[in-house]
Formats: sequence, structure tokens, C-alpha cells
Amino acid sequence: MSDPTATQDLIKGADEPAASPVAVRNGQRGLWSDTWDILKRRKIFWISLVMLIVFLLMAAFPSLFTHKDPEYATLAKSMELPSADAWFGYDLQGRDVYARAVYGARTSIIVGVLATLATVILGGLTGVLAAYFGRWLDAVISRVGEMFLGLPYVLGAIIILGTVAPAQSNPGKATIMAVVIIVLALLGWPILMRIARSAVIQAKHQDYVQAARALGAGPLRIIFKHLLPNSLAPILVYSTITIGSYIGAEATLSLLGIGLRSPVISWGIAIADHASYIRTAPHAMFFPAGFLSLCVLTFVMLGEAVRDALDPKLR
Amino acid sequence: MTEVLSEQMGSGSHAGALLEVDNLHVEFRTRAGVAKAVNGVTYSVDAGETLAVLGESGSGKSVTAQTIMGILDMPPGKIAGGEIRFRGVDLLKLPEDQRRKIRGEGISMVFQDALSALNPVFPVGWQIAEMFRMHRGTSRGEAKKKAIELMDRVRIPAAKERVNDFPHQFSGGMRQRIMIAMAIALDPEILIADEPTTALDVTVQAQIMGLLAELQRDSNMGLILITHDLGVVADVADKIAVMYGGRIVENAPVYDLYKNPAHPYSKGLLESIPRVDHKGHELYAIKGLPPNLLEMPTGCAFHPRCPYRRDNCVTDAPPLYTISGTRGSACHYWREVIDDGEH
Amino acid sequence: MTANTESILEVRDLVKHFPLTQGVVVKRQIGAIKAVDGVSFDLHRGETLGIVGESGCGKSTLAKLLMALERPTSGSVRVNGKDIAAAKGGELKRMRRNIQMVMQDPYTSLNPRMTVGDIVGEPFEIHSDVVPKGGRRRRVQELLEVVGLNPDHINRYPHQFSGGQRQRIGIARGLALQPEIIICDEPVSALDVSIQAQVMNLLERLQNEFDLAYIFIAHDLSVVRHISDRVAVMYLGKLVELGSDADIYDSPTHPYTQALLSAVPVPDPEGRETRQRIILQGDPPSPANPPSGCHFRTRCWKAQDICAEQTPALEVRPGSDHPSACHFAEARDVVNAQ
Repeated sequence: MSDPTATQDLIKGADEPAASPVAVRNGQRGLWSDTWDILKRRKIFWISLVMLIVFLLMAAFPSLFTHKDPEYATLAKSMELPSADAWFGYDLQGRDVYARAVYGARTSIIVGVLATLATVILGGLTGVLAAYFGRWLDAVISRVGEMFLGLPYVLGAIIILGTVAPAQSNPGKATIMAVVIIVLALLGWPILMRIARSAVIQAKHQDYVQAARALGAGPLRIIFKHLLPNSLAPILVYSTITIGSYIGAEATLSLLGIGLRSPVISWGIAIADHASYIRTAPHAMFFPAGFLSLCVLTFVMLGEAVRDALDPKLR
Repeated sequence: MTEVLSEQMGSGSHAGALLEVDNLHVEFRTRAGVAKAVNGVTYSVDAGETLAVLGESGSGKSVTAQTIMGILDMPPGKIAGGEIRFRGVDLLKLPEDQRRKIRGEGISMVFQDALSALNPVFPVGWQIAEMFRMHRGTSRGEAKKKAIELMDRVRIPAAKERVNDFPHQFSGGMRQRIMIAMAIALDPEILIADEPTTALDVTVQAQIMGLLAELQRDSNMGLILITHDLGVVADVADKIAVMYGGRIVENAPVYDLYKNPAHPYSKGLLESIPRVDHKGHELYAIKGLPPNLLEMPTGCAFHPRCPYRRDNCVTDAPPLYTISGTRGSACHYWREVIDDGEH
Repeated sequence: MTANTESILEVRDLVKHFPLTQGVVVKRQIGAIKAVDGVSFDLHRGETLGIVGESGCGKSTLAKLLMALERPTSGSVRVNGKDIAAAKGGELKRMRRNIQMVMQDPYTSLNPRMTVGDIVGEPFEIHSDVVPKGGRRRRVQELLEVVGLNPDHINRYPHQFSGGQRQRIGIARGLALQPEIIICDEPVSALDVSIQAQVMNLLERLQNEFDLAYIFIAHDLSVVRHISDRVAVMYLGKLVELGSDADIYDSPTHPYTQALLSAVPVPDPEGRETRQRIILQGDPPSPANPPSGCHFRTRCWKAQDICAEQTPALEVRPGSDHPSACHFAEARDVVNAQ
């Protein structure tokens, strides 16, 4: 009884299980419907959902948020401070910072979300396969993942992007976004693979998986009913943080001149463009960075709310 | 060593037993509320005596031991009242550096899980020797020699060759012997053994219990044996304290308790042991579940499961009634319980 | 209880060796852990066969082999005449309906993210032809009632139940497909003493009600005795003695059985000063490198040269009427000895 879970043990000798409001309802219930029930009653879920909708609207219809043209530059107003005329002031080129932050949402969110999605699918799938089937498949996937991990992030990006879309070239906006997304996912999947792999390995050795096998359950049922729901938490947490870091990574690539570049508007580019003027014109960088942080916070909060709701013990 | 301690504590003689736990209360603050793990436990143990603390998980038996040792995690744990007197001095009032001295030299402890209680990256001999170096400032060579002596004493074969082995190279029974060697290294006056054989097989359990009894006889230690196993208790205990819901519900000399328990809970436990003559019949089972420490039943904590329950059990918590000089029962109707056992 | 002697489970020469390998790139076998090393027995309809042994004796591996969760190295496990160890795919799945299990740890054997209804109902989803979809919920509630749980708790999660209640959920899941055989792997050892009796009584009641046959694996000899009609004692992958509960407990003939029984503390202090005890020296040897001949000889007080040379077979020996794997088998009542 020297373990730190002693307190836990004391409480688990619980009497009649505490009636949870979820359980009283009639009809057959399951994990997902219960999760939704819990989410509905969480304030943090609704706050992050509203923020997400605002950001998504901004990405889809930026003109709803500003009537100014983000491309319109008045060099005379270069780095002018916020005023009634321009809430967030003007940037280096004399463009409206607010309008550019609003118009930058689309690119940044698309890059962040799609790159994360690609990472989760690629990393999650390989991780689950490696953990469930083990043996040579695990060895192959793990070694390949380590090779990618060993590649320095920036160096890898420079090599791939430099080959596909060299700095002097002028590829289309969609092409370069797609390339950036693929590069981010390609360099980021091994971490997620390892998280998913270790979570699944841990779940795989639990007795309930053996019990399901003894009942005659096949691999698909075991993976989707037993392993995934019990491995989702770390994957969810890591991927919501990843969205933010990918938006930042996109900025880094822009700064190096190999990622997205003008005339594409993105938070990353705005931050990169004004990083060297932080002392003279902090506002030009502060506002796009603030949008980015809020957006990351939104995803992290949402991820955390979903994770908590998915764990019956925390209800 | 004894002189050193008594000198430190300023009292060579005192009236009570060697170790006295007096009306101890321990709580845990958790997210779900305050869990009352120990609610007024009183017991004592003297030199050469074996006290068995019998109880199920959540009864507070281990928490009491951790509080005596001063290794309770605080927070979430909190000592809400009571005294723990060792040679008449209240340990709970001593500053940490003096308590640390008593830990190991005055009172020491053997844990259930020897594998996690030993540090995996140090040789076992080094870990035993460390006890001498830390507490006594013994030199490296001398300490190692003493470690080998101790390993011999707990009957680890080829102690000299194995002194540099690591914990994982030993079997479960041998690891428990190493734990015992560490615990007795500084000749403590009280040894607390918390479920020392629960993780072991019966044939190994018999060896370890034999070893503990022998060590106790040789050095006249007081032994507090914490367990849930009625068989082990019957084998070694002098007296028994039965715990339920953080309280002592019955204390008695071992023969009295097994012959005729005075509390419905101890009675139920004894009756639920499978016995030869019960074969083919239903086992007696105490109905219901152990109490939830977050919402203790009112009155007597055992009342929801008790066949002797009357109305006042629900409202009045029974004190520990004195039955005789050495026996007590926390049941309003202990007389009835005893009478039922007579025939 | 054993009126019926029809065998529904026949285990023959069952062997499971786990290879020990060395090397990262090129793995080569340097030995094998002989977890189960030639085990044979029958289980009759409606009876309980207890299997006792200490940790590492291979009893849990044996349970996995019987459940076809592990493939044996050799030997057969015939359920109603068909070898489950050789069955595959649809046939194996069908055979599983007849043999189910109850696991030791009620805290890890239930998926924490499934409701009780989903857990007990999972067998019906896997074997979808057993109960039509519309009737499943009702069937699950019936099962909960059978094991003594409130059927209204169908939407609760495992953590909302105590250990004993969780074990009941596990039992309900095992009963769902109406098997004839249930393998109980230490079903009460993780439970508190006062709860153990409740679960034991439930298992006995269900056996009578549904004519179940149990393989009851445990290390607690008094629990095994209470529930078993016959008992097998296992040591280092082999059965060393097999007999009725009275044979094993009152007149054990194998020294290991005698030592095991003698080591169990008797829950009665009366006469403890004079009680005779056989205390074995040392720990069981590693199953990766068991002693030659009789596996027990290194801890046995009767060992002679022959024990190192010849492996004693599990057979009826003179002076006893039940099989024992000892060259010097001799009945001795250790439990009541003073």
C-alpha cells in the first residue's frame, strides 16, 4: 500500500454507484451518445465551439468581418499605430493589419487543420497497425518512423520544398498549400505514430481485450470498439496542440522563403514579415500572432473538452 | 541504540505501551469530497508482542500504518486528530528531523510489494548498507560487511556472492527477505509489516512468516502485522484489532476472537471462510458492500450489512465497549453476538 | 453433484513452450519457457475441476490454451469431441459459444469506456444469430438479474461498481452465450474476503441452474476445495496429482501437495504451537530450466537418484486410488496432523 494510488483505493470501495444523471435515462446508451450528453453540459465546450465557428466563418467569408481590401497598400501609412480608422494599425507596406489578419485566417486554418488531419490519419493508422499486429510490421513501421524523426524538421522541409517548389518558382496558391501540408504531415507523423502505438499497446494487454477475443471478436471489432476508444485521449491532446504548432511551422517556412509566400495572406506570413520590426512596430506582428494564439487555444480547449467527456471516470 | 533514542526523547520510562495509537483521525481531500479513512483508531503494541490489524481494502489499516511511519502523502492526506505515542512521546508533534531518526531505528516497515519498494538501479547490498551509512555514518566497507551479515540472517543463500546483485535478479520471496533485512538493519523496536506475504505463494508465505516470527523472538521487537488473511493472523498474532470503515470494531486476544467473536463483522468474516463441513452448502456471506468513505453510513458504519441491526444502530455510533480488560467491541449488541457464539 | 461422467472437455498431452530468443536482427532460439508441459485431464458435464498451483506453475497459460487464446505447441483440447486448439475462423468462433471464461481482475477485465449493457451485450453482437436484435436489451437485463445486479443499471459504466459487482458483470458476460463450460481463472482472489463468499455462492447457484461445468483455477486451497468435485495440483507445467477433493485434501500422496496443504495457514489459533508444518526450502525453479526427471525433486525431502533420472508419470500408484506423479507416493493426512 505504499503506492500513490492508495487514496484511490480507499474510494473505490464505493457503496451503491453514485447515480449519474446520464445513466438514469431510458433506452440503450453507448459511449458516443453519453459523450455528447456530457459535452452539452460543459461551458468550456460551448465557448470553444462559438470561437471555432467565428474562426471558420472568418476563413470562409472574410468580407463579413471587414470591408477593407487586405491587398490595398498606402506606403505613406507604413507601420502607423492603431487608430479609429484602422483598429489594428497598418503594416510595413501600409496595409490594414486587421483586414490582413481576417483574410489570413483561411490559409492558416486550412494549413493547420488539414496538415493535422493528415498527420493523425497517417500516424494514427500506422501506430494502430504497428501495435495491433506487432512483429515484422511493427519493426518496419517503427524503423521508418525513426528515420523520419531523425531528419531535422527544417532541413527536411527545405529539401522537399526546395525540390518541389524552389524559391524562385511561382507555383499556384493551391499547389503550394498542398505541398506545405504534405511536408508537415510527412515530417510530423512519426510522433503521432509513436503516441498511438504506445497507447494501443497499453490497451492491447488489458484483460478486456482478451475477453473480447475469447468471445470470438475479430480484429476490426477489437480495434474500433476496444483499442481506439481507450487510446484516443493522448492522440486527441497531441493533435489539438499540433494544429497550433503547424500554423507556426507554416510561418517558419514562409520566413525561410520556401513556404507560402506573398501574395498569399496568412498569419504566418504576417508574423514572418514583421518579426524584424518588433521594436518599432509591435502591433503589426502582435495582432496576427494574437489571432493565431486564440485559434490554437480554441482547438486545445475543444480537444480537452472532448477528451474529458470521453472518459466515463471523469463524469 | 535504545539509550541513544531515549536520551534524545528525554524520557527513559513511561507508563503506557511501547507504541500507542490514540484516537487517530485521518482524512483525504479528494475532488469528490472528504474521505474519512481513519476515524478514531486506538491500539497499542508492546515489545515482543504481535498485534494483527485485520481489515479489508479501505478499512484504514494501511493508512494508520503510514501515519505511524510518517510516510502518508500530505496532501491529499490530513491528520485530523489524535496522538501516536512512541515511548510516551507524541510522534505527530516531533519535528521532521527527529522523526526521520525514529524511522528505521525506532519503527520500521516492510511493504507488500517488495519489487517496487526496492530501487531497481542499485545492488541490494548497497541498499541495505545505505541504512547504516545514512543513520550511523558507518564506513563503506564496514556497512557492506554488515549488509552481508544481515542477508545471512534473513537466510538469503550465498549472501556474499549475491550482495552485488540487483533486485530483479531475485525471486519474490528473496526480495521480501531483502526488504526485511533493510527493515531490521537498525534493530528497530517496532516492525510494521503491511501485507508482507499477500503477493507471495503459500509455500513461500510460510517461510517468510516463519522468518518474521524468529526475528521477533530473537530481538524482542513489537510486530504490527497488517493483513486481510484470517489464516495468517491465527498463526502468529497475540492480539487482534479488527478494522471496518476506518474504526476498530473489535479488539481481542487471538484465541478469544477465533473462539467467539464479539462483533457481527468479525463473526461474519470468520463464518464466510470455506470449511470442510460446509462443503456442498452455501457459504455464509456478509451481504452488501463495504462502506463508501465519502458517504459513511450514519451511526454504526456496519449497520447496512448487519444481521443484529436495531433502530439505534442507524442513529448512534457505538463506542468501543469494554468486554473485559483485554477485549472490546464496537457493537451495541455485543452481548447477543457473544451469546450466539456460545452454542 | 457428479452423476454424469460424460466428458465434455478432453485435454490430451497439452504442451505450450514459449521460445526464448536472443539477438535483435537475427533472432535465434536459446531455450524455451515450458509453461505447460504435457497436461491431460477430462472435465465431465456439470462438474467442477479445481486446478491449484503457485504462480509460475502454468495454470494461467493452461486457461488461455483451453480458451484458444494461445495456440499449443502440441496436444489437443477437445470440446465435445472437436479440437478447439486446431479450429480456425468460423468454426473456432462457433466453438467459443460453448466455452467461456471469467477473469481474475474485475478492474481490468471490463472495458472502462463501454456501458454495462454494451459489455454484457457484446457476445450477442459478435454472435448476431443467437438473439434477434430487438430482444437483446431484454436479454442483457435478464442476465444482470440472474447474477444479482439491478437490471436498471444497464447504462452505467464499470467504474461505478464495486469489485464484487464488476465480477458479477464479468460472469454475466460469460453466461450470455449459454456455454456448457466456464473457465474461472482466479475469479475471487482479487476480491475482499467478505465479497468472496458472495461470488462463490453465485457461481455455485449458476452451476446448478444451468448445468455448467467449471474449470476453477486458484491458488487458494480452501476456496478450491469448497467449490470443486475434483482437484488437480500443478507444479512447473505438469499435473502432479489428480483426485476427488477428499483424495487430495485428506490423503494426498504427492509430497508437493502435502507441502502445499501444510503451508496453508489454518484460520484457527487452537493448537498452533504444536501444529506440524512442512516448510519447503527455496523457491520454485524457473520453468525455462526445470530440473531433470521429477520437477519437484530439488525441493523434495524424499528425492533419490531415480527422481533425477525418470520423470514420474501421473498414474495410480500402490496404496492409493487416485493418480499421483511421484515415485514414492504415499498417503499422508497433513491437514489434520498434529
